[in-house]
Amino acid sequence: MIPSLICVGSVAVFFQWIAAYCRSILASSRRVELSDRVREVAGFRGDSVTVADFGRLLQLVRLCPERGDDHSDIRAVGAYYRALRVMNRLTSSIVPRIAAWANRECENCSYFAAVALDRRISYSRDLFTQQLGSRA
Amino acid sequence: MVSPLYTVIYVLGLILEAAVVVCVCMRRNYLAYLPVGFYMLCSAVTTIGSYFCIRQFGWGAVYRYYYYYSDATMTVLLFWVVIHFYQKALAQLQVSKYIRVGTAVLISLTALFSYVVISKNREHLTGRFVIELSQNLYFEGVVLTYVLWCVILKLKETRAQLAQLVLALGIYFAGIAVAYAIRNLFAGFADSILAWVPPIMSTWLAVAWIYTLAHVSEDTILITSQLEARVPA
Repeated sequence: MIPSLICVGSVAVFFQWIAAYCRSILASSRRVELSDRVREVAGFRGDSVTVADFGRLLQLVRLCPERGDDHSDIRAVGAYYRALRVMNRLTSSIVPRIAAWANRECENCSYFAAVALDRRISYSRDLFTQQLGSRA
Repeated sequence: MVSPLYTVIYVLGLILEAAVVVCVCMRRNYLAYLPVGFYMLCSAVTTIGSYFCIRQFGWGAVYRYYYYYSDATMTVLLFWVVIHFYQKALAQLQVSKYIRVGTAVLISLTALFSYVVISKNREHLTGRFVIELSQNLYFEGVVLTYVLWCVILKLKETRAQLAQLVLALGIYFAGIAVAYAIRNLFAGFADSILAWVPPIMSTWLAVAWIYTLAHVSEDTILITSQLEARVPA
């Protein structure tokens, strides 16, 4: 009886804390305004970044030179996004409220990827400027 | 004979634990994270000890004694880290005296509970008992961390570093508590994949703490209420 209660209770808080940990990483990008440059590069039509943009944004992030300090964040958010997509598919017909929450979280992941892309574009531009400066 | 996979996982764990100690030492205010560094240092020493124990005595009863009892001791040591996080979270309320008293009561109760369980299980102190003891200790860690997380949310704590350190610790405690509870429920699982959960979770804790100590500055602010996973109505 006690091991069953421990198991259920621990599983519940385990997933709650994993979600909170990933949200703490996502929170760093929430207050960042996306530049026009990244909107142009990523080809956003409207104001918001959609769930479907995540994969494309991540591909663009990988094309840019690495900054060195965002690699672990991107991997963690990527894993969180994949888990949310699975949850969304599993719950969409059974518990639509959870599916809607997972979808909203996926949008936050996409926004995080857009901010990461923006930072990497800025970084590569800085590198380019530095190279031009050293040649002159 | 120590298997190559075991060696790789434990060497990786050892490197990561040493890296946490280095991260703590490199901080300007290293005293603020002294319990974190001390725990990881002791954990690294225990890892080295387990390697020599296997080389000397193999995977038999001696290693099992060493593993479970050093694990229980390390878990109690980790409670010191949790208490330290409590003191950081409640620093403004100036209740460190009460936290110290609470810690003493908690450790005494844990010792008393363990003594009662041991006295009733003298016939089979190894086997199921150590698994049950470890399960209870880890679950106590889950409860302590959950209360701490509730305190952080209630006090609207804004330090991202503290929040991430606590969350990483909570994931560690909960992951291992689940593994021990399943092993306790289904004895056949003992030698299965669940045996790999503790080293994997130890690696997770070290990686998460390195990330937080190296990447998240103390000035980074976080709105912790946003971290709660609220399902829309």
